[in-house]
Amino acid sequence: MPERAPIIVKFASLEGGALALAPEGEIGYHEAPAFRVAIKDGYDRRPSRLIVDLAKVGYMGTPGVATLVEALQLSKKNGIPLVLCGMTDRVRGVFEIAQLHKVFRMTPDVAAALLLKAS
Amino acid sequence: MDEKPHLRIELISHSRYLSCVRECMAQTARQFGFAEAQSSQIALAVDEAIANVIKHGYADRTDGLIWVSIYPLGDDEIRGTGIKIVIEDEARQVEPSCIKGRDLADIRPGGLGVHIIREIMDEVCYEKRATSGMRLTLCKWTKGRAGSAAISA
Repeated sequence: MPERAPIIVKFASLEGGALALAPEGEIGYHEAPAFRVAIKDGYDRRPSRLIVDLAKVGYMGTPGVATLVEALQLSKKNGIPLVLCGMTDRVRGVFEIAQLHKVFRMTPDVAAALLLKAS
Repeated sequence: MDEKPHLRIELISHSRYLSCVRECMAQTARQFGFAEAQSSQIALAVDEAIANVIKHGYADRTDGLIWVSIYPLGDDEIRGTGIKIVIEDEARQVEPSCIKGRDLADIRPGGLGVHIIREIMDEVCYEKRATSGMRLTLCKWTKGRAGSAAISA
């Protein structure tokens, strides 16, 4: 049976060599592999920082969260800072249950993510 | 089980149908009197449970069967009304005592689903089915544990 793409991910090059990656839709077990490929693609472009804009993600299960934990590990390995932004309350709730909200750098939007100092 | 489910979903073990189950669960929970935030949490818990069946039970085989049965729980003075969700499969059996969430201090991908389910639902019971596969029974009340109600929608 033909299947539609599980998730759309848009890329945008930003000032200072940063890259924003914006998934749209829901990220559960089915969609997480495509999200993982997009994240890897983002790191392969060697941006100065990778910003994952989650404003258009209406749902995220633990496979999506796990993909972002992997991204954080890649961030440390490659020396490319990772910032999550635009998270809805519903998505943030999953991070809070998993007690991962303190592990990631989070901002309200892409503009604020660009202003964060690299650490 | 004596009482009849108000809703019963049969699906194959293909992850493409998880979003359909999520929508159905959230909608049903709202009809059973749960607020929007709680309904979203219940849908998340069921999504995690079925994803675990597909991934670990059926090892990502797509031809297995999964049944989701939904029952209303009667009005309880303290706990309010509630929902009972029974998820059954014919997948690999595991000892219920071995199904544990991971230590949250260990920051690594994976292993969060069981923790999420236990955190959201008021009662969680894994058991082996007599014939084959596993049965997971999840219960939640509208006035359940205060802790789970604090989680954002």
